[in-house]
Amino acid sequence: MATQILMPALSPTMTEGKLSRWLKHVGDDVRAGDVIAEIETDKATMEVEAVDEGKLAQILVAEGSEGVPVNTPIAVLSVNGEAFTAAPVAAPSPVATPAAPKPAPAPEPVAAPVADKDWGPTKPTTVREALRDAMALEMRRDSNVFLLGEEVAQYQGAYKISQGLLDEFGPRRVIDTPITEHGFTGMAVGAALNGLKPIVEFMTFNFAMQAMDQIINSAAKTLYMSGGQMGCPIVFRGPNGAASRVGAQHSQCYASWYAHVPGLKVVSPWSSADAKGLLRSAIRDPNPVIVLENEILYGQTFDCPVDDDFIVPIGQAKIERAGSHVTIVAFSVMVGVALKAAETLAEQGIEAEVINLRSLRPLDTDTVVASVKKTNRLVTVEEGWPYAGIGAEVVMRVIEHAFDWLDAPPVRVHGLDVPLPYAANLEKLALPQPDWVVDAVKKIV
Amino acid sequence: MAQAAEARKRGKSKEPAIDRDQLQQAYRSMLLIRRFEEKAGQLYGMGLIGGFCHLYIGQEAVVVGLQMATGPGDQVITSYRDHGHMLACGMAARGVMAELTGRSGGYSHGKGGSMHMFSKSENFFGGHGIVGAQVSLGTGLAFSNWYRGNDRVSLTYFGEGASNQGQVYESFNLAALMKLPVVYVIENNKYGMGTSVDRASASKDLSKNGVPWGIPGLQVDGMDVLAVKDAAEQAVAACRTGKGPFLLEVKTYRYRGHSMSDPARYRTREEVQMMRTQHDCIENARHKLESLGVEETAFKAIDDEVKGIIQDAADFAQSSPEPAESELWTDVLLEA
Repeated sequence: MATQILMPALSPTMTEGKLSRWLKHVGDDVRAGDVIAEIETDKATMEVEAVDEGKLAQILVAEGSEGVPVNTPIAVLSVNGEAFTAAPVAAPSPVATPAAPKPAPAPEPVAAPVADKDWGPTKPTTVREALRDAMALEMRRDSNVFLLGEEVAQYQGAYKISQGLLDEFGPRRVIDTPITEHGFTGMAVGAALNGLKPIVEFMTFNFAMQAMDQIINSAAKTLYMSGGQMGCPIVFRGPNGAASRVGAQHSQCYASWYAHVPGLKVVSPWSSADAKGLLRSAIRDPNPVIVLENEILYGQTFDCPVDDDFIVPIGQAKIERAGSHVTIVAFSVMVGVALKAAETLAEQGIEAEVINLRSLRPLDTDTVVASVKKTNRLVTVEEGWPYAGIGAEVVMRVIEHAFDWLDAPPVRVHGLDVPLPYAANLEKLALPQPDWVVDAVKKIV
Repeated sequence: MAQAAEARKRGKSKEPAIDRDQLQQAYRSMLLIRRFEEKAGQLYGMGLIGGFCHLYIGQEAVVVGLQMATGPGDQVITSYRDHGHMLACGMAARGVMAELTGRSGGYSHGKGGSMHMFSKSENFFGGHGIVGAQVSLGTGLAFSNWYRGNDRVSLTYFGEGASNQGQVYESFNLAALMKLPVVYVIENNKYGMGTSVDRASASKDLSKNGVPWGIPGLQVDGMDVLAVKDAAEQAVAACRTGKGPFLLEVKTYRYRGHSMSDPARYRTREEVQMMRTQHDCIENARHKLESLGVEETAFKAIDDEVKGIIQDAADFAQSSPEPAESELWTDVLLEA
């Protein structure tokens, strides 16, 4: 029996090489692992090791030959001492050529927007209480759910979101961590891969940058890379964006960072109902979900449904104020800014429709597009930087789905494209204010 | 090793006889991994495997010795040099090889590749391409055992190249604080790609890297499968009885380059030859088995069986179809 030795590919990109030297000669015994030849590419000189054992029967490509294509037979090995016959050995079947990649699917047709269910009676609740209640309800419901993070247990939460949870659920389910985001995030992701449902509280999302690799490479991609075997049911939550006078490193909006990544879901609540309903959905979701909260909203009070089953589905925006002249799309703390602007505009006879996105990935394109088809004008409002931001994404979706309905170019209102300054006057100049939104609307109405 | 021997002496009055069947089984497992990797190298050379491909040849005794000390339900997680771990965990050679060739019959339907493969049923948690990431993840597997209150242990492998990463020490701290059942296994093959451990690590005895956290450690001869098994039994027992994490530095050697495209000019051919001819784990096991009376026909039978499995895997990996185009869009998210 004879075996052909083929010109090997020694790197992911090699297509041909020079056969620079034979280290074995015709008639030599060859053992698996023996170096039989040296090959040069433009990058390196590499050794070719024998895979099979036998006697080198024939050299087909002389040393010094250049430009030898990968997979060319370079020698013949007779195996098991059997005589070599010159009978042609079948060439290996060629590697299947991958089909030309298909273009990305066209944007899906938009459907009619879905309205929120009526959940009945409400009571005034702070966003802080709403988040705590959501975690407590879900922890009672599912023993696999637990909370970990810095100061979440004995300190009762750096922002008091986890107040009372240690008392009710004990130290196995409410866990203080050292200030080591990279390590504890990786640990939580590992626990989720094995079927637990961690809620990771980041004291602020600024610190989650230290754990970015685990969030993106481990949590978001493992389901895909495992062919659907290994999901990662985990929630990453905490305050996002600017607080007040804490400077550049503690004041950044990460919405577009996370929303960029397939394999993640991203929500960003504004009201107490958003906070409670979205966090409950996030905890129940079998995928990694990023919950971008806002420190300034924690103490604000909103009416929140009291129904024990109250929940807000991920991917559904909410029309906070109906109007017919312009659509204002916002999320998180900017929903409040947009509503204030809408009041001012109303005094001037302009009725703005304010959409609270609530979910950033998936994004409720249907609700936005239906609104723009009615108002024919669009303004987006976000606290983050404009470059490749959420506003840019919303505008593009409207262009894809409702270009012909637009009567004016869309306008983006956003935080200024600078690291956030500390000085009170400069900070105010850098973050969107209601009058910025009013001015933007008046440009196009 | 000395400590392992010491522990053994304490437990029993005399050295236990080597269990011939167990060693023979280990020999077969190591041979299976070696032949698999040789075949993978060959298929790579033919252009049937793409991208990065990190072979385990030379290091087989590490994972085989460790697996001999584990029980059902224990978890395994490692880096990108992962083919050996998968076979040792009981994953089918066919599915692993077909993943290497990017075919639908692969463990990840061709969507993961050499560095990203998983098997929930065999408790193998990957297969991770980012150096060191699996160390925190493996600590999380141990956390899940702690949370559930079971006695399962997480075997978390990494190379000496990852051993000085920040997240490794963050994980040591968490595991020691919470007494998590994790065996950290440093596979010290002397070279993190082209940089020798002497040039990369100020700490010279890596088994002591857990000392500040009170994590006990052992240095083990990773070319001796029974020495690895002995040390692993000690480490696993400590974890199982709630004593917290344990660190093993297993001294080993890879015969091939870091990946397929590494010409390995940072070490001499003599160094590699010396390890291959004098310290090879499979030859070592074979000599021991011969001295225990195992005959040539038995070796031949193992050889033939392994060859058959590998040839079948290679055939399957070439005949299994490429994933359907629809696979592109599946497994991004689970249905909520």
